[in-house]
Amino acid sequence: MTMSEHTLTPNHPILGRLSWESIPLHEPILIGTFAMVALGGLAFLAVMFKFRLWGPLWKNWITSIDHKRIGIMYMILGIIMLLRGFADALMMRAQQAMAFGDNVGFLPPHHYDQVFTAHGTIMIFFVAMPLVTGLMNYVVPLQIGARDVSFPFLNNFSFWMTTFGAMLTMASLFIGEFAKTGWLAFPPLSGIMASPDVGVDYYIWSLQIAGVGTTLSGVNLIATIVKMRAPGMDLMKMPVFTWTALCTNALIVATFPILTVTLAMLSLDRMVGTNFFTNDLGGNPMLYVNLIWIWGHPEVYILILPVFGVFSEIVSTFSAKRLFGYTSMVYATVVITILSYLVWLHHFFTMGSGASVNSFFGITTMIISIPTGAKIFNWLFTMYKGRITFDVPMLWTVGFMLTFVIGGMTGVMLAVPPADFVLHNSLFLIAHFHNVIIGGVVFGLFAGMNYWFPKAFGFKLDEFWGKVCFWCWLVGFWVAFTPLYVMGFMGVTRRMNHFDDPSLQIWFVIAAIGALIIAGGIGAFLMQIYVSWRDREKLRDVTGDPWGGRTLEWATSSPPPDYNFAFTPVVHDSDSWADMKAHNYKRPTKGFVDIHMPKNTAAGFIISALSFVMGFALVWQMWALAIIGFVAMMAAIITHTFNYKRDFYIKAEEVVRTEEAHTRLLESHV
Amino acid sequence: MLSNSCDVNYRMIPPIARRGLFLAPLLWLAGCNTVVLNPSGDIAAQQGNLVIVSTLLMLLIIVPVMILICLFAWRYRKANTSAKYEPNWDHSTKLELMIWGAPLLIIIVLGAITWIYTHLLDPYRPLSRIDQHRPVAAGVKPLEIQVVAMDWKWMFIYPEQGIATINEVVTPIDVPVRFKLTSSTVMNAFYVPALAGMIYTMPGMETQLNAVMNKVGVYDGFSANYSGAGFSQMRFKYHGVSQGDFDAWVEKTRGATGALTRAEFVLLDKPTTKHPITHFGNVDKGLYDLVLNRCVVEGSVCMNTMMHQDATRIKAAAAVKAMDKDVCETDVAATAQPIRKE
Repeated sequence: MTMSEHTLTPNHPILGRLSWESIPLHEPILIGTFAMVALGGLAFLAVMFKFRLWGPLWKNWITSIDHKRIGIMYMILGIIMLLRGFADALMMRAQQAMAFGDNVGFLPPHHYDQVFTAHGTIMIFFVAMPLVTGLMNYVVPLQIGARDVSFPFLNNFSFWMTTFGAMLTMASLFIGEFAKTGWLAFPPLSGIMASPDVGVDYYIWSLQIAGVGTTLSGVNLIATIVKMRAPGMDLMKMPVFTWTALCTNALIVATFPILTVTLAMLSLDRMVGTNFFTNDLGGNPMLYVNLIWIWGHPEVYILILPVFGVFSEIVSTFSAKRLFGYTSMVYATVVITILSYLVWLHHFFTMGSGASVNSFFGITTMIISIPTGAKIFNWLFTMYKGRITFDVPMLWTVGFMLTFVIGGMTGVMLAVPPADFVLHNSLFLIAHFHNVIIGGVVFGLFAGMNYWFPKAFGFKLDEFWGKVCFWCWLVGFWVAFTPLYVMGFMGVTRRMNHFDDPSLQIWFVIAAIGALIIAGGIGAFLMQIYVSWRDREKLRDVTGDPWGGRTLEWATSSPPPDYNFAFTPVVHDSDSWADMKAHNYKRPTKGFVDIHMPKNTAAGFIISALSFVMGFALVWQMWALAIIGFVAMMAAIITHTFNYKRDFYIKAEEVVRTEEAHTRLLESHV
Repeated sequence: MLSNSCDVNYRMIPPIARRGLFLAPLLWLAGCNTVVLNPSGDIAAQQGNLVIVSTLLMLLIIVPVMILICLFAWRYRKANTSAKYEPNWDHSTKLELMIWGAPLLIIIVLGAITWIYTHLLDPYRPLSRIDQHRPVAAGVKPLEIQVVAMDWKWMFIYPEQGIATINEVVTPIDVPVRFKLTSSTVMNAFYVPALAGMIYTMPGMETQLNAVMNKVGVYDGFSANYSGAGFSQMRFKYHGVSQGDFDAWVEKTRGATGALTRAEFVLLDKPTTKHPITHFGNVDKGLYDLVLNRCVVEGSVCMNTMMHQDATRIKAAAAVKAMDKDVCETDVAATAQPIRKE
């Protein structure tokens, strides 16, 4: 019915569905946000003009194909989007803490439902994914002794596709609206009948654009790890972080196409009237739920596996000891990778599959806890008979181990189908996956950022604010999510914007306090970066190896030169840098030659920007603009194939200069 | 939420769980309204027990691990130079066996429990017992209730009694109930925590839930799967009553003036929130099947009819294809045409 009404008003020939009514002028929260974003933007522009930074920004960053700079840009994207995603979280916690009885809170369903959808979508796709990809981008080539990734241009292109995907999501804040369907947009709710507005289209095209970037970055890193390892580094001598990166990227390449196809089918249903997932004419919404979780479950392992790698590196470095059970760690990672494809149905035991199907998927899910448990034990026995220093990365690691085992336990509880029948979709479930995503992925990312920051910038992060940040997150997490675990047992379901039972209010108030403590943690993190930058001379790392590292990234200077290593190192052991140090490795100081390097290009930025134009046009059904955007994008791609100036040489003299400077720095601090 | 159920029925907790009751304060820290662990229906009680049993099983390994993490972190701190330091110790076959073996053993036990109880508590499975001590007597037929999730309200049709309600469901206690569920619009989940675990309701599909309520009372029911703007208000009351009260309620409802016809259903199907409790003394026969097959609107083709026609057509086409080519080439096109009803 809605549909026929909808098609009655023909779209504007150029603007499509876009009109003045699409600008949410009646929403004070959005206007306030817009004002703040505009002010921030103006301040940014002012700084850029005042210090004439446009040139450097364009030359050194936007068009850069250096994996290190791209890695840093991924981290910045992730942190900015974390602020947005967390603002959504605060709004949800505030709404649920006040909307009892006659009080309807400050967010009507129309707004609240967008907030929780945006929170999930942003946190997974535009916070966790960029941060994880950023770490892998930065660290993996250094760990394997390579000068860059296999396809440096593709790397720049992947980053910009992810970024423009994020920007399309952000655009929905001020032009139109976002999806009101939950972060996986199940039909029929996301179909054109129940969601005729642009929200779901924003969701689809943001993810489609970002998805291209993620898939290509997966291809790139697999090729890099397989083909570009230093001589002597056979697979069983790879650092564990590189191993987990390899498995994660294998997962990305195998699963993201499923997401792309599923969303394409959904958009066909919405735009041209196919019936893949509709209620009528042979469509089957359960098919969508299966497909999206066949992507969605491996996705959570895409996030957690690399941080398992981060913890492995950290626990061994800060225990000053070899990692316990390297081989079983590697096999555990591979087993998790494979099993992650065999468990997707546990996300919908309650859809009425038969008992045998449910038990199969329940049991495969439990089996994953065995290799995961083995990993926990391996970290534990790495600490055993070690000499542990509790620097900030190690604090995060111990906090992770204690928090994550609880999340793992509640996960296995949910894997028992009859238990899932009473806990599914409840706040218990919410507490569980935040327990593993915050307690696992986020803790791991903070650990990793604190660990590799000196490598990337040449100075350590401030310890005091790092500890404040850690304790705020740890305490805040438990204060925010323990009430949710408890309310799960009271049968309180997720995604509610109002409650009748006043006895629940106290729990939501506690949860909101927890969220505020976490907000303090985020503030402390920003403060930590500022203070460290201010005190950078005091925190300077001149050795390139501030923690007594064990892998190759610590063999070069901090920050590493553009070419990473003047000579490709030769590897004899899994802890290759520790092994080199033990054998009194001498840094080569002469005999340098020209180094072949890839050249910067603007093509990635331009193509991605055009894909944003096309995506925006498709959301609003501005067919003319969509066609122009598509044609321009194709033209840019074809033009780029004729760009033969793709490489250059760093002259030996420059290498000599760089390396001598490093030598002097090392000597001055002996 | 029912908050008067502090009197835990200890007999309903299996022995293995009873031994772990020292941990009960952890689970009851919420006061006494943790309905999931303390329900009033036998199915929900068994599901709640599984939650406890699986938790205890896993705590067997989680607790020692957490203690060891703290212990090692403290003992092997850098300042403690009296502790042993072996920087190259990185392998022990015995420990590896323990690392992989201990979780494996626990998962074997939990996996076996999972297999058994997933089958025993399958929502499609007809009940075999009223509660722990009473099997279902031979020849007892479950009370059938047809459930339709709508935007944003619940419709309950009692086919044998010929009555229907919106946002209120009443069943006699200690009588097996069989819910047949579907949806008229988007997906929802039917959940009465005091009665049994949830089950999705999906348009064009039917799910089932077999359950029994054991205590008289008024319980909360709601949708546990987000379904749009009115989702938070998509709630109803579940009344567990004695058989006598149930019969009286049916009689009273039969006297209600409203009749649930196809036309009335189409009107009701428009989205509403906080729909008032409504009773219908009379229901069109087969209405639920029309909803399930998405053909309540007069003149629309039912899904099962369409599928049946498709099947016939495909079978005919296959049969024709299997015939010798020269037998009746001219008829092939005619037979294989889809049957269209405009």
